Amino acid sequence: MNTSILDVMGLEKCFHSYARERHRFMAWIGLGKQGPGAKKVLENISFRIAPGEAVGVIGENGAGKSTLLKLIAGTMRPTRGTIRVDGTVSAILELGMGFNGEFTGRRNAYHAAALLGFSRADAGGALEEICRFSELGGHFDQPVRTYSSGMRMRLAFSVATARRPDILIVDEALSVGDAYFQHKCMQRIRAFREAGTALLFVSHSQHALRMLCSRGLLLEHGRLVMDADAASVIDYYRAATVRKCEINEPGDPGSRLEGLPPVTPERQARTVLSRGTVEELSVDMLFDGDALRSGDWLTIRIRARFSGHYPEPHAGIGVRNALGVVIYEANTYTLGCASGPVAAGRLFTAAFRFRCDLFPDTYELMIGLADTGYDKDAFERSLFFDQAFRIFEVLPGVDTGWTGLYNLRPRAEVHL
Amino acid sequence: MGMIHDIWRYRHFIVSSVHSELATRFVRSRLGGLWMIVQPLAQVLMYALILSAVLSAKLPGMEDTRFAYAVYLLAGIAGWSLFSEVVGRSARVFIENAELMKKMVFPRICLPLIVAGTALVNHAFLFAAAFLVFVALGHPPQADLAWLPMVVLVNLGLAMGLGLVLGVFNVFVRDVGQLVDLALQYGFWFTPIVYMPQILPENIRFLLQFNPLYWVVTGYQNILVFHAPPAPGGLALVAALAALFLLAALRLFRRAAPEMVDVL
Repeated sequence: MNTSILDVMGLEKCFHSYARERHRFMAWIGLGKQGPGAKKVLENISFRIAPGEAVGVIGENGAGKSTLLKLIAGTMRPTRGTIRVDGTVSAILELGMGFNGEFTGRRNAYHAAALLGFSRADAGGALEEICRFSELGGHFDQPVRTYSSGMRMRLAFSVATARRPDILIVDEALSVGDAYFQHKCMQRIRAFREAGTALLFVSHSQHALRMLCSRGLLLEHGRLVMDADAASVIDYYRAATVRKCEINEPGDPGSRLEGLPPVTPERQARTVLSRGTVEELSVDMLFDGDALRSGDWLTIRIRARFSGHYPEPHAGIGVRNALGVVIYEANTYTLGCASGPVAAGRLFTAAFRFRCDLFPDTYELMIGLADTGYDKDAFERSLFFDQAFRIFEVLPGVDTGWTGLYNLRPRAEVHL
Repeated sequence: MGMIHDIWRYRHFIVSSVHSELATRFVRSRLGGLWMIVQPLAQVLMYALILSAVLSAKLPGMEDTRFAYAVYLLAGIAGWSLFSEVVGRSARVFIENAELMKKMVFPRICLPLIVAGTALVNHAFLFAAAFLVFVALGHPPQADLAWLPMVVLVNLGLAMGLGLVLGVFNVFVRDVGQLVDLALQYGFWFTPIVYMPQILPENIRFLLQFNPLYWVVTGYQNILVFHAPPAPGGLALVAALAALFLLAALRLFRRAAPEMVDVL
């Protein structure tokens, strides 16, 4: 059974550069050879997307995200491989493309609808819908040059989603506009998904990716290096980013990314950044009683032994909730603790003691080890980094008269 | 065939784009759409009044007709401006619309058609103004006018074919655009628009017949000034050339279109 709405197989995109442009012209008529410089921006990409699936495309700038989206949208042709699309594609690659400031919103909306291939009757019907959804009111018949950027975005989004596509491609663009309209956009996207639209989303915002996407595709130098649930892919991406930030000295064994069994069943992968020199690592969560309750004092103790000498190791912790929101993240360097040289085989211990005022829920504990801090919060070497080292649960405590993420312990008063 | 279907499906976009291009010029002016006719009218009046009345320029062989030179000049300029507008703007059309081509999916062939459509509308308004003025000055058009659409068609076909070829090459080699500008400036003076072919020395006059625009422009002049049909042989040859250019341009365009977005 074939239920995919988008089927990408063996996709490759090369940008040919010719030593002389005339070689390109000769290649068109079958003369001459291909230029020596074929720059591969995408290589052997294969994946399928089912109707209603929301997929985040993650990667550094230049990893090939935009090229991939352009190929799926159809503005570019693949060099090799096939893209089979079962239905219509609408791409919000750049909102407000081709708006003419001198014309009214209505005129621009009509023109944009014509560019999307609407017939005159369809465009007429769509205009009413665009006017209604964008909530521009009287501004709809004013020139677009008088619009604020938020109003332009309203108009552009309303036009681009006037018809439900089978595949919706959304680039960063969506991050502009006011909170109310953003919420409205998200609702429309969600409604589209329920009706079977597949979503391809590109963003650098981890939060937006986790909120919107169930699956992630990670691109690295034009290759698809990971295809898993969004949370796992984002963690991998973040670990890889941390690793890129470190300064590797010559002769210093570099860190590597390891796949470990995920700590929750929903996750497909767990990526740990480590350097082989961490020989022993134990993390203890110490609290009174049989279970951790909201409001209890908690000590997180990290103990490690290294197989090499490190001049200034530091340890860090972080807490994330199930949605991936980082509630707290810090390390002994950013907290101002002095550290000193630790010889090979010697025990290194760090402890964080705090009142655990988290709302009753399950959380992920992030653990990190790094050596020699510089600048505000960077390290010369990262030794270990696991964003989902352990899952822990906080049970309801004595104080139950609040909701939210964290107990602010306010002193409340009423004056009459 | 697929291309024709695409064009038909996107006809609203083409019409809407032509309308936008024309309307942007006067969208914030008080007279608005009236400028569409006022501008060519002013141009025609300038030729008619200044050249004929003040400078009293007379066309050799038509000394008895007062406005003959003005009509002659207008016929040549009208023919030339359609050609040069379409060629010049087609050469740039893909580069100017690079962002649109990168971000939106639509048949790219619409872009040169929008250029041609806009130029054609301008052309029509120029003629409308010219007829108004010359009827007012007692120079009404004659029956030979029926030939005009034919000449316009050949002119447009030639310009679109050439323009599309240049437009495609300009995407890859940007010098083409600069060369087109230069060539058009030289071309203007190598075509009998402001002068009569007879004033050229015998030994270079024969070169004119290798200029396809010579046949097009004299076609306009024959119809409008001399009330005669265009030279059928020459025009037929140019028509064949235009068809050849268009065919070559479409083949080239098909071959190059997928690569264009890569380098834009």
